Order: sequence, then C-alpha cells, then structure tokens
Amino acid sequence: MKAIVVGCGRVGSAVAKKLMKVGWDVTAIDENEEALARLGEHWSGGFVVGHGMDVNVLREAGIEDADAVVVATNGDNTNIVVGQVAQKRFGIECTVVRILDPARAELYATLGLRTVSPTSTAIEVVTEAVKSCSVKPLRAPAAAS
Amino acid sequence: MFVLVAGGGKVGSNVARTLRRIGHEVTIIEQRRDRFAYLEEEFEHAAIVGDATEIFVLERAGIARPPDLVVAVTGDDEDNMVICQMAREHYGVAKVIARVNDPRNEPHFDLLGISPTVSATQTIMALIEHEVPEHELIHLLELRKENLEIVEVQIDKSSPSAGKRISGLKLPTGSRLISVMRGGHAEIPDSETELQVGDQVLAILEPGKEDELRRVLLKK
Repeated sequence: MKAIVVGCGRVGSAVAKKLMKVGWDVTAIDENEEALARLGEHWSGGFVVGHGMDVNVLREAGIEDADAVVVATNGDNTNIVVGQVAQKRFGIECTVVRILDPARAELYATLGLRTVSPTSTAIEVVTEAVKSCSVKPLRAPAAAS
Repeated sequence: MFVLVAGGGKVGSNVARTLRRIGHEVTIIEQRRDRFAYLEEEFEHAAIVGDATEIFVLERAGIARPPDLVVAVTGDDEDNMVICQMAREHYGVAKVIARVNDPRNEPHFDLLGISPTVSATQTIMALIEHEVPEHELIHLLELRKENLEIVEVQIDKSSPSAGKRISGLKLPTGSRLISVMRGGHAEIPDSETELQVGDQVLAILEPGKEDELRRVLLKK
C-alpha cells in the first residue's frame, strides 16, 4: 500500500513515520528540504521537495498509483485545494485532509472531503479535561439550546 | 445588484469603487489592517476586516443573503478557490468571478468548477501573441461555458489554403471561419470566399481542434 503525505511538519512527519511502521510505502512532500530531518535518520521512504499545488510534484511523488493521500500543510486552504486535486483529479478515494478551522472542516466534510480538524478535537479534549477536575461550576448548567 | 468583493488590494478596491459608482451595493473584505484603514474611510460600514476564507467573516459581509455575485480577487489562489467554492456550493451564490494569480493554478480552478477566472499573465500573453505574428495560431477568446474558442490565423505564401475557396478546404468538423480581414476590412466569409495571402482569418472551434485547423489553413 502506497501513501503520500503532503506537508511534512509536526503532524505530517509523524503520520508518515507511523504509516511506514505499519507497513505502508510512504513518500512525503514538503516545500522545505529541511523537513526531511523530521523523518529521522533512518527514513527509508520517499521524499520530494516541492509545493503540493504543483501537479508535477504530486506526480513525482507517485500520486498516480497511490492508495492514500494525507494533506497536512500549514495552510488550511492549500490543504482543501490539494485534497480535492488528489480526490477529484487523481481519483484517490482515501484522501484525508487536515483543516485547523472547525467551520471549514465541517463545511468541506459535507462537500464530500474526508476532513480532520485537530482544533475540534482539542476543544473537546480540553473541555472534558476541565470537567473531569474535582472543581464544580457555581451555576447550574444552562439548558441545552 | 449586491456584490461581495473578497480582497481589498488594487484590484478589489477598484472593482468595489466602480461598482458602487454605477449604483450597486458592495461589501469589501480585507485582511490587512493597513489596507483596511483606507478602505474603511471610503466604504465605511461596507468594508469588513478579516480573512475572507473564514466563514464568520463571510457571514458578517452578508454571504448568507446571498449576494448576486462574489468576486474573489485576493493575492492567493487557494483562498480565491475556497471563497468561490464555499460561496457557490454552500451559500448558493449564483455567480462567482475569481482572480488567478499564478496561471499554473488554472487547472485547479477548472477542476473545482470555478469559472470565469481572470488571469493578468494570461491576458498579457494573449496580447503578446497577438502582436507577434510568428505565433501562427492566436487564441483570442475562450468561451468556456460554451466549450468553444475563437482563434486568429494569418494566411501566408506557404499556406496550403492560400488561393483556395473555403468550400474546397477540409475544415475539421466543429470549426468554422467567421471573419476574413483583408486590406483593413473584415468580411463574414461564405463557402465561395477565396482565401488570399495576407488574410487574417478568425475561426470559431471546439478546443482540441487547433492542430487540425492549423494543418488545413497553414501547413501541409
């Protein structure tokens, strides 16, 4: 199974390494050559320097025969566009797009994109963490609206 | 008409100003504080500060009404694509116009069905082609919705079509000659019109038929 990870930052590089570990053949793409260092010294997968909006870069990374694409650059709108290029132009059904803005993540999910919003997850986790403290709120909870 | 303009740089502010002058209602969104300060002086409450790809910013600018037209002219192609896509597919905006900053992104706009697009680079290149006669087949106009384009060719001595009647040319199906300019005068040709050296010929055709047309009109 072949995966392409567009954007090799904190999230992208970690996802690339994890997929690699469980047996995927992974190629990462990043604009910045130094991002290769994030993959560690023993990275045996592929790495392409370039912008995810550039179709030639995606091709060089082997998108044409990829089984999955993960898009996690630091720009939400770039991710939205690159994700749709992978999904619609290259027909990669398993395209997962990281979108920080929960509103856009939700909207594009309704438009058929497999979106993940770490911000939504953080909001839930943080709220739950506060609720699990042994401190009780002063007011009764507001009625659900 | 109510128009929402996303991007308040030179393009956006001038589009908004012109639309307002001819009596349309306009809101303009600009992210940069320094630019916004000027826009606010001129457009007052119709200028909104913020990232036009943020849904709450778009909603403050009235996207949910929805506008009759959304013009996305920021300096960032991804942003323009996302603005147009959300406007059309989520808010039911009937008409969008997008600016293409990097012509290499044009296929992405097409893929997402965002049309029409305006690209300064492409406009300039088309003008240059028009000025430089060595380019044998000049693209004058693309009618994307109709899936047709209008091209211009110049007939020269080596052209196989020189001295031939249009009825005698094997023009590709899906193409037609619509104008022949000779000695400064343009005429609408019919099948009996004879092409001559020096003629500037306009043709309408389906994209992809250029090579066939070029072969018939220009070379063996």
